[in-house]
Amino acid sequence: MSPITTAWIVIVVSGIATFSIRSSFLLFADRFGEVSADTREVLRMIPAAALAALVAPAILRVDGQLQVFGPRPIAGAIALAVAYVTRSILWTIVVGILAVIGLEFVLP
Amino acid sequence: MEAGVPTLSASRSALAGAREVAPVLLGIIPFGLVAGVVVVEAGLGLPEAVGFSTIVFAGAAQIAAIDLLGSGSPAWVAILTAIVINLRMMMYSASLVVPMAGESRARRLAVAYVLTDQPYALSVARYANPDRPAVDRWWFYVGVGYSLWLVWQICTVLGVLVGASVPDAVPLGFGVPLAFLALLVPSVTDRPTLAAAVVGAGVAVVAAPLPANAGMLVGAVSGVTAGALLARRRRITGPVGR
Repeated sequence: MSPITTAWIVIVVSGIATFSIRSSFLLFADRFGEVSADTREVLRMIPAAALAALVAPAILRVDGQLQVFGPRPIAGAIALAVAYVTRSILWTIVVGILAVIGLEFVLP
Repeated sequence: MEAGVPTLSASRSALAGAREVAPVLLGIIPFGLVAGVVVVEAGLGLPEAVGFSTIVFAGAAQIAAIDLLGSGSPAWVAILTAIVINLRMMMYSASLVVPMAGESRARRLAVAYVLTDQPYALSVARYANPDRPAVDRWWFYVGVGYSLWLVWQICTVLGVLVGASVPDAVPLGFGVPLAFLALLVPSVTDRPTLAAAVVGAGVAVVAAPLPANAGMLVGAVSGVTAGALLARRRRITGPVGR
């Protein structure tokens, strides 16, 4: 199966699933009932947990090896500080990429 | 509707929505560009970028799924990851039931199609705000959501063009985790979400060697569990815990 076909399968299935999630209550409120506090809290945790689970390995694992003092982890730490202070996606990305380019020059 | 309180017209409400989301749109631009760049980095093209942005229309989920496809993950892994990331939208759907209660099914579907963090947050905040003129809720939401949709489509396409023309030496792919990092920071608002993030990160790093991106999913589930348990304990013991 070609990569393009795989991509389109992902697009269509994810699209249908995502639209179902989005329309779940809006279309079927009467059948879903109230959302419990527990369910609400579980859903509230998802962005923090999912985003962290995506970010950490991408920054701390290089070619399968755990790395804490390399260009990417350090650039990641700098970017984290920038994100915290500026709350700007643009600055986080720009500073992070510049940092990783610079650090790859400096560090072996 | 209270007697004597005029509600803004449809067009005024829609414009109010667009104006409300305008500052957010500036922040969406780099994110949309990343969504386009990552498509090129994954060896896919403009049709796939447009497909993702119109059919899925969910930034973090799109980028994560495309990134996985680029690393050779099978379709089901990318799909599952996208679904997990988008599950929070169920909460948004539930919270809009009351504001959209009088609307037709077609209008509610139109709401659902562009339902994401900002249209939800900005609309709910406006509906609850007594100090601003009352808006037609559906039109306000349409102003927010569809402005966002338009900017997203444009930026994804631009991102594909940018990604294709930037030299390989520039590690644009690193922009993906950076974009997620920029989203992660505001999502951590209290100790439970901090616990969710720390546990999610730790488990995902340790479990990274697992095949089929299971490491990320195991990390996410662990993080959600840790955060939800902590939140529950705080609810039961009260905010002033031990």
